Amino acid sequence: MSNHALASQSARTDFMRAAGSRKGILSWILSTDHKRIGILYMIAMGIFFAVGVLFGLLIRLELIAPGKTIMEAQTYNSVFTLHGIIMIFLFIIPGLPAVFGNFFLPILIGARDVSFPRLNLLSWWLFVAGGLMAIVSVFLPGGPADTGWTFYIPYSVRTSTNVIPALLAAFTLGFSSILTGINFVTTVHRLRAPGMTWFRMPLFIWSLYATGWVQVLATPIVGITLLLVVVERALGVGIFDPALGGDPILYQHLFWIYSHPAVYIMILPAMGLISEVIPVFARRTIFGYSFIAFSSIAIALLGSLVWAHHMFTVGMSDTAQWIFSLLTFLVSIPSAIKVFNWVSTLYKGSIELEPPMLFALAFIFQFSIGGFTGLMQGALALNMHLHDTSFIVAHFHYVMFGGTGFGIFAAMHYWFPKMFGKMYNKARANVSFILIFIGFNVLYFPLFIAGYMGMPRRYYDYLPEFQSLHFISTIGSWILVLGLIMMVANLLMGLRNGSRASSNPWGGTTLEWTIQSPPTVENFETIPVVATGPYDYSRYERGEHA
Amino acid sequence: MLSSDSGFIKDVDGVFLFILAISLVLLILITLLMVYFVIRYSRKRNPRPSNIEGNVPLEILWTVIPTILVIGMFYYGWIGYERMKNIPADAIVIEVTARMWEWEFVYPNGVKTDTLYVPLGKAIQTNLISADVNHSFFVPAFRLKKDVIPNKKNQAWFRADEVGAYDIACAEYCGLKHSYMYSKVVVMAEEDFDSWYAQMYGTSQAAPADTAAKRTEGR
Ligand SMILES: [Cu+2]
Repeated sequence: MSNHALASQSARTDFMRAAGSRKGILSWILSTDHKRIGILYMIAMGIFFAVGVLFGLLIRLELIAPGKTIMEAQTYNSVFTLHGIIMIFLFIIPGLPAVFGNFFLPILIGARDVSFPRLNLLSWWLFVAGGLMAIVSVFLPGGPADTGWTFYIPYSVRTSTNVIPALLAAFTLGFSSILTGINFVTTVHRLRAPGMTWFRMPLFIWSLYATGWVQVLATPIVGITLLLVVVERALGVGIFDPALGGDPILYQHLFWIYSHPAVYIMILPAMGLISEVIPVFARRTIFGYSFIAFSSIAIALLGSLVWAHHMFTVGMSDTAQWIFSLLTFLVSIPSAIKVFNWVSTLYKGSIELEPPMLFALAFIFQFSIGGFTGLMQGALALNMHLHDTSFIVAHFHYVMFGGTGFGIFAAMHYWFPKMFGKMYNKARANVSFILIFIGFNVLYFPLFIAGYMGMPRRYYDYLPEFQSLHFISTIGSWILVLGLIMMVANLLMGLRNGSRASSNPWGGTTLEWTIQSPPTVENFETIPVVATGPYDYSRYERGEHA
Repeated sequence: MLSSDSGFIKDVDGVFLFILAISLVLLILITLLMVYFVIRYSRKRNPRPSNIEGNVPLEILWTVIPTILVIGMFYYGWIGYERMKNIPADAIVIEVTARMWEWEFVYPNGVKTDTLYVPLGKAIQTNLISADVNHSFFVPAFRLKKDVIPNKKNQAWFRADEVGAYDIACAEYCGLKHSYMYSKVVVMAEEDFDSWYAQMYGTSQAAPADTAAKRTEGR
């Protein structure tokens, strides 16, 4: 689309200001516009993220020195449980699909909305309901759950804290996730613009598509598990509780059959996002498009078959041990393929280190460390030593935060000008990136070392030999939080009085950059006809600067 | 791996160093390439990019080589684990009971202790019993961990090769005092152990009553 067409479009009312049949807040919380729903998720998620960070900060503060520092053991156990529940179910899982998937999936395939806009709104309401239930469970008599986010039986049956409301919250959030998955899979199948073949889809769409299937297929299992817990407690049928003759290991299997694929629900969209950002700032086509696309599918398939690697120490059969270990190693291959292709995409590019690119490159570095330390835990002999130590804590924070978290930050900085039509201060964004990058690594790297030395996880107190590592880690948490505050403040300031952003400030080639910023309610005046792949940078190669 | 009597330290650390070495080489490669490309192909130095769409031989190469490497990792992990699971027939069997939040050890002659005393160089089999919730028997110094689960008879074994006292931690979250659920493995020369064992047997009439009292108190 030519610049001339863009200029004439910018006169049209964007989705933020469009007058609907409803006024004020109702025009948002009852809107079926995928973009408004994306923003609603962003607001809800931002609030939960702030609470999750606060709990994380309190955990680190408590652990700065042995013994009691700021809270009692019972409080600490609830705080790390809530930190896990909030970060996993209310931030990382919905982060990219619900916020940026909702906003950009239809636009990136040339559609006006998702297939089921009202179902989409229902997903958001379920998300909010689940979040509220989690909050209510904190204040009910009995106190917040203290089981860890894994709710392992029998402890979760014995504790007097509010486990059932917390489980119901997780169940409701799961439903929200299923509906989003159904919506995205259907939309990708049905609403692609003319010419938008499967292999012309942006890689973010491929990853959302793979994620959608995992959401639809794996999430119901956590619902079934909950139902079984209810049957057990209400009817006294022994299923999981050993006191009733049940099998606590069965619970762990069912829990991880959902929760391991959930890990891929968390990381796949971030991998897709990185595949968007790198070509734009390297101004060249992605290296190995189809290999990256198929590796997303391979991760979704293989990733559904490795759940018991969370359970190597429970005493499974030898056959189960080696099969799950081998599959765990194999699932690393498609991730490795992605990393190699991303790095190769930098080769002979024309690279500009804008803030989204910095977050994307940090993603590759940190995700690699998370991946390599994951290999260590896949090795059976080594897993026996590392399981349930702070090594694991460091590993999954490198993947979930250093990976997905940084992916979300990259997405915020990448799509901010499109979503709001304004540009944030880039210098401040760069400084906040540096603080977040340093803070993150100072916070989590020492935990690898402590874990190998034998520091177990979920510990309120610890032996004196771990003190210096915990101290360094806590210092890291302060640097990290400083960077996060600065990043959020900078984005909010950009929202209020940032300079006007053009419709294509980064020189991207995917469809969202062909429409005005912020987009109109209908996204496209006329549905585009797609004639090339998503990353066609040939004009830069020819030296025609747009 | 060498056949050695030093518990599983060599197995576990060996696998760790093997994976660590490969990981470091790859991580450094990835990072240096990223940094080099970012500098060499910066927009200033290289205003006109080249659209290289891919390279199938390269894709095959970086699929096949990592696959071989991870299968190697899997193999070493499995070999080490084989030694962990094959308990020697001559091992001394000690019953280990975990309960919120303490450990109890019962010897073949009925002696009960709250610290695990073992003779140097002898294979020790621990039968792991939970009195309440899930726990995990973790001796970092021996690279040994096995969950303790109600209604499940898990077993582990080790052979200590140096006299000393080593921490036993609970590695599976078990509630309020999870982080205080520590005990020790005390490794003694065989003669010292034998005399301790004989002496304990003499006083063992009092021991069970003691622990029983402690148990009700603990609840
Ligand atoms: Cu315990």
